[in-house]
Amino acid sequence: MSLQSLDIHRRSATTTPSPQARMPESGEVAKLIDVSKCIGCKACQTACMEWNDLREEPGVNVGVYDNPADLSPAAWTVMRFTEYDNPGTGNLEWLIRKDGCMHCADPGCLKACPSPGAIVQYTNGIVDFHEENCIGCGYCVTGCPFDVPRISKKDDKAYKCTLCSDRVAVGQEPACVKTCPTGAITFGTKQAMKEQAAERIEDLKERGFAKAGLYDPAGVGGTHVMYVLHHADQPSLYHGLPDAPRISPLVGLWKGAAKPLAMLALGAAAVGSFFHYVVKGPNDVSPELEDEEKREAAKTRNQEEAP
Amino acid sequence: MRRDPRDLPRYTAGERANHWIVAICFILMALSGLAFFHPAFFPLTVLFGGGPWARILHPYIGLVLVVAFAVIAGRFWTQNLVEERDKAWLRQVGRMMDGDDEGMPEQGKYNGGQKLLFWGLVACLVVLLLTGLPMWRAWWKLDVTLVRAATLLHAAAAALMIGLIILHVYAAIWTRGSMRAMIHGTVTRPWAKQHHRAWYRKMTGDQR
Repeated sequence: MSLQSLDIHRRSATTTPSPQARMPESGEVAKLIDVSKCIGCKACQTACMEWNDLREEPGVNVGVYDNPADLSPAAWTVMRFTEYDNPGTGNLEWLIRKDGCMHCADPGCLKACPSPGAIVQYTNGIVDFHEENCIGCGYCVTGCPFDVPRISKKDDKAYKCTLCSDRVAVGQEPACVKTCPTGAITFGTKQAMKEQAAERIEDLKERGFAKAGLYDPAGVGGTHVMYVLHHADQPSLYHGLPDAPRISPLVGLWKGAAKPLAMLALGAAAVGSFFHYVVKGPNDVSPELEDEEKREAAKTRNQEEAP
Repeated sequence: MRRDPRDLPRYTAGERANHWIVAICFILMALSGLAFFHPAFFPLTVLFGGGPWARILHPYIGLVLVVAFAVIAGRFWTQNLVEERDKAWLRQVGRMMDGDDEGMPEQGKYNGGQKLLFWGLVACLVVLLLTGLPMWRAWWKLDVTLVRAATLLHAAAAALMIGLIILHVYAAIWTRGSMRAMIHGTVTRPWAKQHHRAWYRKMTGDQR
C-alpha cells in the first residue's frame, strides 16, 4: 500500500503532513462487537485465519477456553473467556470478549514507531502495519495501551489485526464480521455503529443490565473497534480490558517533548562549541612557555654534546 | 622515525587503543540511536545496512562499548577522584572558558572538568546499560510499564551522553596540542606545564 491511494491520514515517524486533498465523504468506519450477543464459537478467529492465511501452532489446553492462549503474530484475534460471579445478582456470568487491535484514533503504536511509514492510519480510521518498513524494534508494543502488537520470531516484524483493510478498501466488511453467526460483530460507518450500539444498550438496560454501555474510550480519541458491554462501568471485568486506556505519559514524554528538547540541547552544544572557537579562538600554549622549552631543550642538547 | 625525547608520555598504546574502541562504538551507537529517536535522523540507518540491521546491531555494539568502557574506567578511575583543587578549578571555569587560563588553580593529570566528564560518562553508561537491556526485544519481553520507563530513561541518558561527548571532543579541539596525546601518546612539555602543571612536575621532577 502506498501514498498513491491518497487515503493515508497519518504515517509513523513522519513530521510533514500526508496528502490531505481527498477525504472520505462517508467518514470513518468502525467494527462494533456486541459482547452480549457473543457465544464464543470462535468462528471469527477461524475466518481471520482463513482470510489472512494465518495458522498458529496448536497449543496446549491450560484449563480455559482461550485458544490460542494469547494474541500472536499468527493469531490476530483471540476470544477471551472470563467467568464472573456477579455479586449483585448472584449469577455466574460468562463474559466473552473478542480481543484484538482497537484501531485507536490516537494510536500509541504509531506514535512510538521510529520507522517512517511502517505504521499508517487511513482516513477511514484503520491503523495498519506495513511490514516492509518494519525494523522489528518493538516500540509499537511499548506504545500500545492494549498490548496488541506481536513481534514474530520468524521474521522480527510486528503483526496485528488489519481490520481487513484489504477487504474494506474494496467495499467488503472484515472477515470476522462476515462470518459471525449471531450478528455480534457488525461493521459500518462509525456513526452508524454508534447508533446501533445505542439501540442495543437501551435493550440491555431494559433487560436488567443497568450499566450497559458503549466502550469507545476517549483517552485514545475513541476507537474504530468498539464494544457493547453489559458492565460498561467495569471494562476490566472483560479479561482486563483497560478501564481508561490512554497513551502512557512515559511514552507521551518520550515521543513528545523529549524529541525537540534533546535536539535543541545537542544542537546548542555543537553550534555553541563552534562559535566559542570562533569568538574566543583556540586555547594555545602561551609563547613564553614555548620559548622557555626551546631554551631548556637547547641547554640539554649542549650538555649532551659537551664531553 | 624518531620522536622528540623531551615529550612526555601521557597514554600508553593499550590505553589509546582502548579509548578508540570506545570512541568508535560510541559513534556507531549515537548514529543508530539517533535514527531510532528522531525521524530526522532515520536515514542514518542506511549506514548500518538499513533499519532492521541498525536495530539488530545497536545492542551488540552497545555491549562492546560497555565492556571496553569498563576496562578504560578501571584504568583511569583513581586518577579521576575529585580533589579540593578540582573544586577550586571548577568554581573558576568561567574564566577558563573566557580563554584566560593564566590564573587557574594548577591541575593534576586531569582537571575538574575532565573529572566531571569522566563520572558523567560512567553514570550515563550505567543507566544506558540497565535501561537498554529491558528494551532488547530480540531476547525477552518484560512488563510494559518497566519497558516504557526504561525507554524514556534510555533516551534521556543517551542525549546527555552525546552532549557530554560533544563537549569532550570540542575541548580536545579547542585545547591545541591535546589530540596527539590520544593519537600517538605524548604531549609537549609546555602543553603539560600550561594545562596540567602538577602532572608536569610529577612527570619531570621540575619543581617550577
